[in-house]
Amino acid sequence: MTSQTSTDVRAGAAGGPTGTAWRPGAKAGGSVRRRRRLGDAAAHAFLTVLAVAWLVPIVWVLAESFNWNTAPFTTTFFPTRYTLSNYTQLFTDTSVMNFPQMFLRTLVIAVFVCVIQLFFVLSVGFVMSRLRFRARRPLMNTALILGMFPGIMAVVAIYFILKAMGLTGSSTATTVALIIVYSAGSGAGFYVMKGFMDTIPASMDEAALLDGCTRWTVFTRIILPITKPMMVYQALIGFLTPWLDFVMAKAIARTQENYTVSLGLWQMLQKEYIAQWYARFAAGAVLISIPIAVLFIVMQRFYQSSMSGSVKG
Amino acid sequence: MAPAPRTRDLTLASAHDEVVNAMTQTAVVERKDRRAPRKASAQPAEGGSRFTLRAAFAQGDAFTRASALVLGLGNLVRRQYVKGAMFLLGEVTFLALFLGRGLHSLAGLGDLATVTKGGQEWDANGNFVNVNPTNSVEVLLYGVAWIFGVAAFAVFWSAAVRSAYQAQVLAQESGRAPSIVSDVRDLFDRRVHQTLLSLPVLGIVVFTIVPLAFMISMAFTSFDKNHPVAFDWVGLDNFAAVFSRTGSAAIGVNLGLFLRVLGWTLVWATLATFLNFFLGMFVAMIILRRGTRLKNMWRAVFSLSIAVPQFVSLLVINQMLQDQGIVNQLLKQWGLIDSSLPFFTNAWWARATVVVVNLWIGIPFTIMQITGVLQNVPGELYEAARLDGAGWWQIYRKITMPYVLFVLTPYLIITFTANINNFNVIYLLSNGAPTRVGESAGQTDLLITWLYKLTVDKGNYNVGAVIGIMTFVVLGVVALITYRNSGSYKNEEGFQ
Repeated sequence: MTSQTSTDVRAGAAGGPTGTAWRPGAKAGGSVRRRRRLGDAAAHAFLTVLAVAWLVPIVWVLAESFNWNTAPFTTTFFPTRYTLSNYTQLFTDTSVMNFPQMFLRTLVIAVFVCVIQLFFVLSVGFVMSRLRFRARRPLMNTALILGMFPGIMAVVAIYFILKAMGLTGSSTATTVALIIVYSAGSGAGFYVMKGFMDTIPASMDEAALLDGCTRWTVFTRIILPITKPMMVYQALIGFLTPWLDFVMAKAIARTQENYTVSLGLWQMLQKEYIAQWYARFAAGAVLISIPIAVLFIVMQRFYQSSMSGSVKG
Repeated sequence: MAPAPRTRDLTLASAHDEVVNAMTQTAVVERKDRRAPRKASAQPAEGGSRFTLRAAFAQGDAFTRASALVLGLGNLVRRQYVKGAMFLLGEVTFLALFLGRGLHSLAGLGDLATVTKGGQEWDANGNFVNVNPTNSVEVLLYGVAWIFGVAAFAVFWSAAVRSAYQAQVLAQESGRAPSIVSDVRDLFDRRVHQTLLSLPVLGIVVFTIVPLAFMISMAFTSFDKNHPVAFDWVGLDNFAAVFSRTGSAAIGVNLGLFLRVLGWTLVWATLATFLNFFLGMFVAMIILRRGTRLKNMWRAVFSLSIAVPQFVSLLVINQMLQDQGIVNQLLKQWGLIDSSLPFFTNAWWARATVVVVNLWIGIPFTIMQITGVLQNVPGELYEAARLDGAGWWQIYRKITMPYVLFVLTPYLIITFTANINNFNVIYLLSNGAPTRVGESAGQTDLLITWLYKLTVDKGNYNVGAVIGIMTFVVLGVVALITYRNSGSYKNEEGFQ
């Protein structure tokens, strides 16, 4: 009995209070054990049902990407005949939809957006976290309020502005336009970066300043090296933006020659394409999801390590 | 109160001491800031300088005052040639552009449509139409842009006058105004914030603030699908259309529709936020239970859906739930239903569907967030509660919930505002369907998807802008109440 109680206490400490097992004043040991086993079985059954619900769409799209039948309306969950041609066609058959070109365009946009966003967010994060000047509070509040405006609201206006700048129409111009649109406003998203830099002790700056550093060298030599994990996180966010965005791209890249990957995939599901293109959509979705999933896992790791604080020990 | 003596100190200090002083001052300011950040920020003198515009006019000499008319004059007189030339050049350029184009553009704002290049004539259908009409969008855009241009010049002008005054004072104090080299050096040290902020702020102004102002101005025009060019100001007519009982039949808006969409947006945001939170917490706690095996595997299964791009999974689920989709087909085959379930054709089914699918999207995020928090609940609290004879429900309500809520309240607020703007889930999943004939918003449309449909899809920019303004009002109210009360806003330097 005594050992029973002590494990129960540990269970509560580690696991939280959902278990029915460790009620105080437990009766006979057998009854407690039976109840716990029942609870375990119910929990596992519940988790299994949920896991299936969560996996079904993912498994289905994976299976469909190898489907011989190109239409989405089938009568069996798994395809009756498998093929690899969806993947090969996606990259070789460019007559109706040029997927390789969309892929390349998105990659180019992603690289530029990644670099510019990183620079903007680091600059603003550093300034807001380490420096004190008159306009600081007003600027931070403005960023907060602007964050309230949904980006979609201004998307039409942005299109007209780009048009006035001559950045619509040709495919190069649209690429430049998308790079600008994804990175221009990114300075307002400095809050996570600032939060991280806030955890760097102010004494480090002060010591460096007394040793003759300028604030610029404090930024480049002291703050940036400590911020590395957060930089990786931010760079990945920037890189992923054009792959995940749908709305901005749809409003700005209006014809199919200018599409990014997400728009291309969306297009494949429109009425006039879906019967021929559904399986290839699935193949494209799988191809996009795998690298994104990998980057995402890497990002999580860096995010967690950066959330545990800047300076250890 | 505190910053006042500091300013006096600086005035008394000689120019030579100022650099050393400024360095220690910054440290002092930072420490003061940490103790009472809000109070300190209320003082305008925080990090400010003594070279204000008012001081420039009150104490400046003739050259400094003349610099208000001829920018850079003060700098040129104090032998700051590069700086002075830059100010002068900036002024000349601005004036040339302003007189050449700006005045015309600003004047165009007064009347967006009257200037027709080709006059008017009767067309084939017997309507009196404008030949080659003015592109009012351009007139409006350039007008709005020039307002910002003039504002930017005002900032430039003020910088020039203050710089002239600064040159005057420093020349008096140390015999010579700082050279261009030391100015540039200053931009990488004491004023590095100006250097680092310039590009990001420019980006935000041009691609966030100007578009917003432009969009808001559209709400007062007749810019709809019937007037793609040559539209004009109509005052508050569009607001009247949205907020009147009869509304506008052509566009398909009226008060009833607006209230329905607003109501659904709020219901949706509440459901999406709190169902996700509580169900996600429930699942997280089941995974954390002592008896549960393979904890990491379960978590991995749920995180898999996070890693798949949202638009992909939403489009896939949308396909699965179609009338002829795989779900309906299989259910029919198994003999469970006779006719397809109306996932997107019945209003209540569609609403339930988007909420449930949003659970699929959102619960993994909640699990991720909450697992960490639950693991951090101090174990002694549970032990003490159990010794006092508390049951699991009591422990949950009195210990777990308060702790989790304390940590995650900011997260909940952010999620709520994000859900009001949850464009992707609605647009890609149901696209607002089902839609009644004659209405511009479907039964599952949120304000934000309604706005998108009105503008991008239908071209009714004016009414769309009204909806956009209302969305912002709703969000602003939610945000202002909550953000300012959140701990991280009040106590941002707690860890430094």
